[in-house]
Amino acid sequence: MAAMNVLAFAEERGGKFKKSSLETVRAARRIADALGGECVALVAGSGVTAEAAGLGRYGAGRVIAVDDPGLAQHSNSAVAKIIAEVARSERATLVFLPASQMGKDIAPRVAIKLSAGLAADCVALRMEGNDVIATRPVFAGKALLDVRISTPVKVFTLRPNTFNAAEEGADAAVEARSVPLDPGDTVTRVKEVRVAAGRPDVTEADIIVSGGRGMKGPEHFVLIERLADALGAGVGASRAVVDAGWRPHDEQVGQTGKTVSPTLYIACGISGAVQHLAGMSSSKFIVAVNRDKDAPIFQIADYGIVGDVFDVLPALTEELRKAGK
Amino acid sequence: MKVVVCINHVPDTETRIRVGPDGTAIDRAGVNFMMSPYDEIAVEEGLRIRDKFKGDVTVISLGPDANKETLRKALAMGADRALLLRDDGVRDSYAIASGLAAEIKGLLPDVVLFGKQSIDYDDGQVGTLVAELLSYPSVAVVVKLEIQEDGSVVCEREIEGGHEVVLTRLPAVFLAQKGLNDPRYPSLKGIMAAKNKPIEERQAAPADVRVHTVVLRKPPAKNPGRIVGTDATAVPELVRLLHEEAKVI
Repeated sequence: MAAMNVLAFAEERGGKFKKSSLETVRAARRIADALGGECVALVAGSGVTAEAAGLGRYGAGRVIAVDDPGLAQHSNSAVAKIIAEVARSERATLVFLPASQMGKDIAPRVAIKLSAGLAADCVALRMEGNDVIATRPVFAGKALLDVRISTPVKVFTLRPNTFNAAEEGADAAVEARSVPLDPGDTVTRVKEVRVAAGRPDVTEADIIVSGGRGMKGPEHFVLIERLADALGAGVGASRAVVDAGWRPHDEQVGQTGKTVSPTLYIACGISGAVQHLAGMSSSKFIVAVNRDKDAPIFQIADYGIVGDVFDVLPALTEELRKAGK
Repeated sequence: MKVVVCINHVPDTETRIRVGPDGTAIDRAGVNFMMSPYDEIAVEEGLRIRDKFKGDVTVISLGPDANKETLRKALAMGADRALLLRDDGVRDSYAIASGLAAEIKGLLPDVVLFGKQSIDYDDGQVGTLVAELLSYPSVAVVVKLEIQEDGSVVCEREIEGGHEVVLTRLPAVFLAQKGLNDPRYPSLKGIMAAKNKPIEERQAAPADVRVHTVVLRKPPAKNPGRIVGTDATAVPELVRLLHEEAKVI
């Protein structure tokens, strides 16, 4: 059987690769090794060559850089075209992208261009013979779906924070490549990126401190924020407090918000409605602070304090500061 | 302005999911279904665009007969026309997108709206798949949408920790995210009017399934953990456990 080559797209923002991209390259390498193929990483954008060699340390045998000043304004359709063309020229049969907002925006277009099936937002990959079986959470994690793609070329997006990004090996050779773009390819383009400085987004954070109704009012979220800052954590919120206008939509964790899998999730004053648990139960460790000992959140928490958030949170923040965390 | 909104009929967010007897789909018995919440936002945006620019809103759902309930709700919200692309079989995102695109193509819409993801299979890819099949531009996870008379568009989409301001041009596909608008509740008048509006129905165009289900399963159950205490005096022990046992801080 011909070797199966694997292509991994690495997303770059502000001159650095996102952790989810490093995870994607490392996962792609593991699959390439299992199939006896080569793992090629692809970067595309303007000024993306400088850091590209470093992807070798995450498993790329070779890096292809499509560095084009025309991509200074990111365009989903243009980058999709580049990925599809490089996949064809490299005879890649498996294409991996991070399931980041950028990756999820591009992968469907790549899949159509390559007549490929697409398994989105995968949290695990395993080999069955020469087939990759991908696991996807569905119903916000209330169930898991194992899928197999039947097309000759297969596209996968991998959920951030679920695959490891172990660094080993050396820098890889970088090969410059150009893919001609037509004006029609960049009809959609990003004019401006507004990234709020400060706390990490809940989908990328290693630690999340999340608040619910038990916080009793928007003014008390300062307790959540202080604890989050002591831990370098992201701030999350339950649907109830977002619907009440206490917190912005982009902090909502749950079935109609974001599904998260941090290393540590601290739920404060959150009882644990089914739709909330669905969004955070894949967290590696869960701490719950709630006055109601019968709150469903304690059913899935690793550690719980059945107590008052107004008493416990300041003490926890202080203890962590003291410990120099 | 011709607007098409694609909507899906999904289990209520409070539903506890049970795996059906064949191990590849959920057991639908006793499950309440509703319009996927992001699709409500898409319908609302479609109605606002129609009201601003004149035109009409067609809502389309691909699936079994039961999806008519969600189409009926969209009519009650104010959509002009509803279409069920009937299919009782198993479709992956690609097969759903193909069925929708085959229909949408003939409608020549200016704006096609989806929710940012359907909260059942959650992959959030159908809207962009349809865009690519139609060769339309697309913007996903949209929280602000401004369409100009000349068809140019400025919108904002959510990314990790911030927003992107994205330019594009109609005809285009947009995937609606929470924050774009507050969807209206159907008025009593709307509900009554919707009862008399027809729901057109035809068989969805056939399409290949590319992603096949091996098994649908429940995630491994988690054992309840340890209650460390009942007030702030438990904090040092909690920090010790997080540090020494869980090793997460």
